Amino acid sequence: MNQGNKDHAALAERFNEDEPRVNWHDETLWWVRAKRDKAAHVLPEWEQLREAASQIKNNVLANLSEYLLQFEEKARANGVIVHWAADAKEHNEIVYNLLHANGISRVVKSKSMLTEECHLNSYLQTQGIEVIDTDLGERIVQLAEEPPSHIVLPCIHKKKEEIGAIFHEHLGTPAGNADPQFLTNAARLDLREKFLTRRAAMTGVNFAVAETGEFVVCTNEGNADMGAHLADVHIASMGIEKIIPQRNHLSVFLRLLARSATGQPVTTYSSHFKKPRKGKEIHIVLVDNGRSVQLGRADFRNSLKCIRCGACMNTCPVYRRSGGHSYHTAIAGPIGSILAPNLDMRKYADLPFASTLCGSCTNVCPVKIDIHDQLYKWRQVLVKEGYAPAAKKVAMLGMTFTLSHPGVYQFAGKAGRWVMNKMPFIVNNKLNPWYKQREMPEPPKQSFGEWYKKNRKDNV
Amino acid sequence: MNSKEKILTAIKNNQPAQSGLPELQSFLKPDTEVLEKYINVLTAIGGVANVVNSYAEIENIIRQEYKEVQRIISLCKELSIPGEAGRDADAHELETVGLAVIPAQFGVAENGAVWVTDNILPQRVLPFITQQLAVIIKKENIVPTMHHAYKNIGNTDYGFGVFIAGPSKTADIEQSLVLGAHGPKTMRVFIL
Repeated sequence: MNQGNKDHAALAERFNEDEPRVNWHDETLWWVRAKRDKAAHVLPEWEQLREAASQIKNNVLANLSEYLLQFEEKARANGVIVHWAADAKEHNEIVYNLLHANGISRVVKSKSMLTEECHLNSYLQTQGIEVIDTDLGERIVQLAEEPPSHIVLPCIHKKKEEIGAIFHEHLGTPAGNADPQFLTNAARLDLREKFLTRRAAMTGVNFAVAETGEFVVCTNEGNADMGAHLADVHIASMGIEKIIPQRNHLSVFLRLLARSATGQPVTTYSSHFKKPRKGKEIHIVLVDNGRSVQLGRADFRNSLKCIRCGACMNTCPVYRRSGGHSYHTAIAGPIGSILAPNLDMRKYADLPFASTLCGSCTNVCPVKIDIHDQLYKWRQVLVKEGYAPAAKKVAMLGMTFTLSHPGVYQFAGKAGRWVMNKMPFIVNNKLNPWYKQREMPEPPKQSFGEWYKKNRKDNV
Repeated sequence: MNSKEKILTAIKNNQPAQSGLPELQSFLKPDTEVLEKYINVLTAIGGVANVVNSYAEIENIIRQEYKEVQRIISLCKELSIPGEAGRDADAHELETVGLAVIPAQFGVAENGAVWVTDNILPQRVLPFITQQLAVIIKKENIVPTMHHAYKNIGNTDYGFGVFIAGPSKTADIEQSLVLGAHGPKTMRVFIL
């Protein structure tokens, strides 16, 4: 899918062209958010769990190098082969070399946002390797040649009729059939054949335990397990921040993850991979790709605590109404908007501005990342470093002047109210972005300053 | 410098100040209604619970409920259903299994999960590849929460371990819940 060099606002505008679809997208995600609330409120200890998770992750960041070494040592002792990749390119090459060395040209892959971040699929394809995404949502967007639009619900932007048409074209299902049960079964049959015939399986990693060298993969569909347990070679890609100190800490994270993501008490499968099967291989690729740099940014490092539940997306009023693709990065929404500028400030300078700073993301985050504060701080860094869009810079300078000159401020307010009353067409037109997809409210007769002056006198 | 050294050096230079680990003991509260809770949660996530008094009763239910099933594998010695799936067999061959009956170490009341390791499973893929899954747990082995679960697991050694909570599911098509994504379409838990 070619999105050109458009920024969030331009891509959101495209998404907003179809109003009923925006409303549907908005309501569906809010429904998921409501399920999250219900699951969280059942547990009186919910806030203690968030605090415990946050403390564990803070401890991880403070001891990351030690935990990584401990994990590597334990994993090796378990018979797992550990690789280190400084960046996306090295990760992709490690994966390719492993496949190539085993004479494998076709792999199944379960959900891994890291491989999306590294653009692994397109890289492997250019090397002549076929990759089949096996998570149903990911398979759908793969067939549609689109990236996932949500980290937990990859094809949340697609209507079932569109999915029916995609399956009709690629899997030969009857034209016009858009029944979720029927389509899911068609994918089940098609992917079973893939699981049974592919010799290599890739997975992501949700948590890796330093103390034991094991790693945990969570799915609802069972696709990670179908791939890994039938393959000769299992390659698991993980960001270095996925480490946790002890096995016991999994209790905290597994209680929080699915409840925050979809409102389920736990994912259907929480699979703990410790040792390879007899005669088979497990490889783990530890990937940095900018994370060690982010660790050095005091204001932004705790974005590395993220466990990829997606709760911040489901609750975000901007995400729900602009769609995941408008963020033009592997991880959309509020968390994506504080992660992406770390990788490339110029390319992702627009994202921290794609927020109302309402703070809802911070409130639902299971590991207590101060997401909206970081969005605000990124804006300051981006403007200071000269990455803010020119129009925004001019507008900000204008605002600075207006706000620091009370006379100008009062005049501007008066003029604005007069224009909106007497000549609304001057602002109510296509040139004013505030009028897009919304009506302006009626302007008040007086400013708060004028109102206060008058009422204060009357009351004294 | 190779990548490992490069990454570790960068991390060491950037690691924030020391920060302690929380105590988790306070989460280990006892709960007396674990059986009822377990059954309610399992039902809510699409599973079926049968409280039974004997292995004979389990056999009866299996005979009634899975009449159509061609191939059944049991890993439970107490049942007179043939157990196969040897450790050296090819995992792919399990593709035709209609029902797998497996004992689990314990259940978790708060989320309906059971804990199974490859100390029980001759082939790791069995509980995923089977069309339907039946699990046997002992009533006294139901714990309240995941904190209790990991206390149970302790530092036991395994090659693979998994919490299974209900049938395989997906809601990727317009958030419509469908049971039986890639794994079992049903999950029944016998509570003995």
